[in-house]
Amino acid sequence: MPTPALELKNITKRFGHKVVANKNVSLTLNHGEVLAILGENGCGKTTLMNMVAGIYYPDDGRIFINGHEAVIRSPRDAFEHGIGMIHQHFKLVDIFTAAENVVLGVHAGKKDNLKDVNSRVSEIAAKYGFSIDPKKKIYDMSVSEKQTVEIIKVLYRGADILILDEPTAVLTLQEIKRLFEILRRMAADGKSIIIITHKLNEVMEVSDRVTVMRKGENVGVVNTAETSEAELTNMMVGRQISLNIKRSEPVDPKPRIIVEHLDYTNPEGVKILKDVSFTARGGEMLGIAGIAGSGQREMLECIAGLIRPQTGTITFINPKENKPVTFFHKKISQVRRLAAQGKFHYPDGTRVSLKGMSRKSVRKLVRDEQILFDENEIMPLRDKTPLEIRELGVKLSFVPEDRLGMGLVGSIGIADNMMLRSYRKGRGVFVNRSKPKKLGQTLIKKLGIITPSIRTPVRRLSGGNVQKVLVGREISSSPKVLMAAYPVRGLDINSSYLIYNLLDEQKCTGTAVIFVGEDLDVLMGLCDRIMVINSGRITGTVDARTADKETLGYLMTKTQGDKADGSN
Amino acid sequence: MEATKDRVKEPLMWITKRDGMNPVFIWLIRVLAFVCGMLACGLIAFALIEQLRDEPSRITEFYKCFIDGVVKNDDMKWTFAKDVAILLCISVALTPAFRMRFWNTGAEGQTLVGVLAAVGVNFYLGEPYARSHVADARLLAPMLVAALLAGALWALIPALFKAKWNTNETLFTLMMNYVAIHLVSFCLAEWVPNGSNTISINDDMPTLFNGLAAVAKKNHKYSNYLTIILTVLAVTVLIYIYIKYTKHGYELNVVGESLRTAQYVGIKVKKVIIRTMLLSGMLCGLAGFLIGGVLDCTVNTESVGGQGFTGIMVAWLASFNPLIMILTSAIITFLNHGASQISTAFDISGALPNVMIGVVLFFVIGSEFFINYKLNFRKHAREVRA
Amino acid sequence: MTAFFAFFKTYLLDYFVDSLAFGATFMYGSTGETLTEKAGHLNLGIPGIMCMGGAGGCLVLSFIGASGLPPFLIVILGILGAFAMGVLMGLIYSFLTVTLRANQNVTGLALTTFGVGLMKVIMSNKKLMVAQNYLIIPKEYFRFPFASRQDSLQRLGVMFFLAVIITIAASYFLYRTKTGLNLRAVGENPATADSAGINVSRYKYLATCIGSGISGLGGLYYIVDYMASNEAYLSIEAYGWLSIALVIFVLWRPHLTIIGSFLFSVLLSCSSFIATIPGVTPSMSAKPLMRMLPYVFTIIVLILSSIRNKRENQPPSSLGLSYFREER
Repeated sequence: MPTPALELKNITKRFGHKVVANKNVSLTLNHGEVLAILGENGCGKTTLMNMVAGIYYPDDGRIFINGHEAVIRSPRDAFEHGIGMIHQHFKLVDIFTAAENVVLGVHAGKKDNLKDVNSRVSEIAAKYGFSIDPKKKIYDMSVSEKQTVEIIKVLYRGADILILDEPTAVLTLQEIKRLFEILRRMAADGKSIIIITHKLNEVMEVSDRVTVMRKGENVGVVNTAETSEAELTNMMVGRQISLNIKRSEPVDPKPRIIVEHLDYTNPEGVKILKDVSFTARGGEMLGIAGIAGSGQREMLECIAGLIRPQTGTITFINPKENKPVTFFHKKISQVRRLAAQGKFHYPDGTRVSLKGMSRKSVRKLVRDEQILFDENEIMPLRDKTPLEIRELGVKLSFVPEDRLGMGLVGSIGIADNMMLRSYRKGRGVFVNRSKPKKLGQTLIKKLGIITPSIRTPVRRLSGGNVQKVLVGREISSSPKVLMAAYPVRGLDINSSYLIYNLLDEQKCTGTAVIFVGEDLDVLMGLCDRIMVINSGRITGTVDARTADKETLGYLMTKTQGDKADGSN
Repeated sequence: MEATKDRVKEPLMWITKRDGMNPVFIWLIRVLAFVCGMLACGLIAFALIEQLRDEPSRITEFYKCFIDGVVKNDDMKWTFAKDVAILLCISVALTPAFRMRFWNTGAEGQTLVGVLAAVGVNFYLGEPYARSHVADARLLAPMLVAALLAGALWALIPALFKAKWNTNETLFTLMMNYVAIHLVSFCLAEWVPNGSNTISINDDMPTLFNGLAAVAKKNHKYSNYLTIILTVLAVTVLIYIYIKYTKHGYELNVVGESLRTAQYVGIKVKKVIIRTMLLSGMLCGLAGFLIGGVLDCTVNTESVGGQGFTGIMVAWLASFNPLIMILTSAIITFLNHGASQISTAFDISGALPNVMIGVVLFFVIGSEFFINYKLNFRKHAREVRA
Repeated sequence: MTAFFAFFKTYLLDYFVDSLAFGATFMYGSTGETLTEKAGHLNLGIPGIMCMGGAGGCLVLSFIGASGLPPFLIVILGILGAFAMGVLMGLIYSFLTVTLRANQNVTGLALTTFGVGLMKVIMSNKKLMVAQNYLIIPKEYFRFPFASRQDSLQRLGVMFFLAVIITIAASYFLYRTKTGLNLRAVGENPATADSAGINVSRYKYLATCIGSGISGLGGLYYIVDYMASNEAYLSIEAYGWLSIALVIFVLWRPHLTIIGSFLFSVLLSCSSFIATIPGVTPSMSAKPLMRMLPYVFTIIVLILSSIRNKRENQPPSSLGLSYFREER
């Protein structure tokens, strides 16, 4: 039996005391083969490979390369053993050319001169069929070109073992095809390749063998030729588990937020959302399932007004009147501006002119509803800033994925974080701290937040407590729409259930809850409907009570009709 | 065998970030650093000053002399307090900008144009004879306004470009200092064609609150010092309140902490940047007015004398807390005055204070590391697998 | 046309050559600062470093000036003294900002305060510099090979050409060698450089220290060569700040500092030049205005480059930020 190119034996990695990322994982990689590591998000695929690439050091276990035990403590050690990893987040210097990035940090006794690098890069590219201009700057490159640079970078250093972490997540179908061709050519050339993925069709297409991982463990190895997508799905998701999460019946579900034909292309030019349409209903929990990075975050940020979609509409239905939000009289200046555009009329139908009227009388007119906003003039939320959305009277709460970088300010205490959204309230130049403080104390008691004091900077709290602070604040404004992105990520069981219950309570008060999650069992146990997003496109919406994992897994990973994508 | 050698996984020593050190320890480390800095100053003086080397016992005299530089007589005490106040004013002025992570290195220029504007108003609007002798008391208000506006303008220019095009503010504000300095030279050349390179209009300046002189009965002749000290103290407290308790202050803290959070809650970042820099520049302008309107009514390129830069260090030393700045500006001024005294007493260059300040700062700046990071030492080599 | 040539020969040539010579001060300062900034460190201590470089060189000169060593050796030792003192200052700065990860702006300003002060103490110390005997070496020693010429060329000497060579070498190093590429990567994106196996701290230390050494030469050059006066040391600080401006003005490209420094010094000495033309008396206020222009131009360049937002013309991305590899 030939010695394998890479062999891992009983690798274990823990983070902190509780989290076990990898438990006794063993695997082998033969020369000249493409091995797929398949698993859901957070199953420990990337952690395992990071240990081979020298980013982490295993707590236990041994690594053999070509039959010899190897100690890999840094990326440099990995290079020296001929291992190269292409990470999901590219590590490139933007203002350098492709060739310059490739030679970065390479010394190895070569002449200290950049001249011949371009031709060597072209050589490697030609050998495996990459198309790349070595003189092109990274900032001018598409994602696929950047990936090519990363791969060439690894090859230039003489890697024989290549590890690609989710290489297709950011590519178009054609680019994926091209990548796979190249991978096969490299395998034929004797290189050994590991591809980390959660997309079944790609596994079937490109790999020779598949190692399936679940919850940090290796659950089996199969030959691709002898398996089916169905078998792999079952191995990947495991059997269905009932989590016993409290789920109330929907309360009078009526449309609350209607999203239609949303398209969003990010500043890097990547199309993130493609024709997204859905309706979130009040008193109902809408779960959003999907592989991480399929556009969930951008979708929520579009609704919250943080980023601007290029096309589409977002309409908020006012629960009191049960019709789209037209106008809420929050700001006199806004009233004047709209009146100047002729958007107001008196009950008898004549146009309103506010010229020369005092603030006080305008306010009175509006408050007493003596002037009316045009019935058909719906105020769409799209292109409105968060502040404008609030001024329209839309009570929208958002628990973002990045808790300390976005939802909270890490260096200030709970009380001060409570007023992030409400500090403008009240007249005068001073902030009123008594209410936020009271709110903070209430939350500490109600949610069992563990903190030395209400003034302790929140970044010093544990992850679960930070999340309780954030969710608690967002709920405290009694929102009509509550969006939560991965609200239980990194939380322990008790905190997770607390958050589930809080979201369920909100639903019972008639709020439209949108829950973006990654654990299918949780989504199926907590939500009323589950919408699946796959590469920026909605691939289906199912009833959570009757859904099964296979269907969801299929919707999450299937490749859609290539009409739209195949052309580019 | 090779594998066993490689099994040593932990390095001998490694660094991790630290957060939330006990404040007592934080201050202990800082005080320790300050003491070490002072000892190093002694060593440097020992190396430089002949007399000390001849009679090593006089090294204690060195430190005594240091303190003498501040408290020897009333005049020294008052001058000390006044200098602390001016430095404090500039540091406090920088605070809102720094809190917002807007690295305003232009306090020198912003203060200097304040001085220039104050003196300029008196020059153009004062009685013809007063131009060369006394500032017109009625002009104090216009002088103040002119100084505030000039300072604000000097800060506004970089702020606008930062807000609109994200122009690097550190470099921009730094360059504005030298534009200001040469603007002063230009005005002097215009105003004083004889070329004395300084304009002095003052013999006995009226003060803002002559009434305050009564409060300081005994120290009558220092009434304008008192004016400055009280004004600056008031400003310090006001800015403390502004940062801590107002909506504006809350906003600028959030902007400084995280731009994304600011956007998330709907803060208009550009507006906050411009507004905060206007305030910062205006306070620098106030410092300029205190120097050029209340104290001397003179202007030259050295009117601010590098305090705009020192102010940055003072503000940083105080972790951008205006109340702590009272202490840090006092320490820096103490070093300055003490070392000046030494340079006179031991007949050495007048630049000695700068050396001493530099040395002490090195120690204090370096000590910050032990507050923010933790050194971990390997306790034991990890087990070697048999 | 002939009239122009005559005018050029009589007045302009001197003026331009003198400006070239003057500019070498900033060439040293800004080339050194560029190296440091390319490693991601905004060193506001350059004025102090230039001052101390000058003091270091002068110390050596005052000790060996009268020793009877061959002139070229004296010159070389003086240059080495200035370089060594610059490196020493750079060491203080890099220890604080690289190893101890201190705030770069504050450290730089403290270094300037310290350096300027200590230089003044040293230069005015009677024992160390008896009767300013660092000037015992005639400036002609530094003016090899043109020292004996009578025309304006005699202003340019070894230290001027050294400045040009260092500047061009620095440019070649940064943009044409792998080590230079690695250095730029450290300043752009230290995390990427780190993962590519580059020793970030070592690069930062070396760039800062060598850069500081080069800047230090500027101080010596100005005191003993360009000015050759015992009051020259008082104005080095101002030229230190101007050197930092020059780095921005040439958009972090060392080879352009040759032109930039020439332009700056043309502006700085413009009014003195005008005064030399018979029949023209510049107004008193023209001089400060001309001296303001380098800074104004720098600001304009800064603004334009941020408006155009061309990636190559921006300050190094991690300028001013400490790098700390998180334990993950």
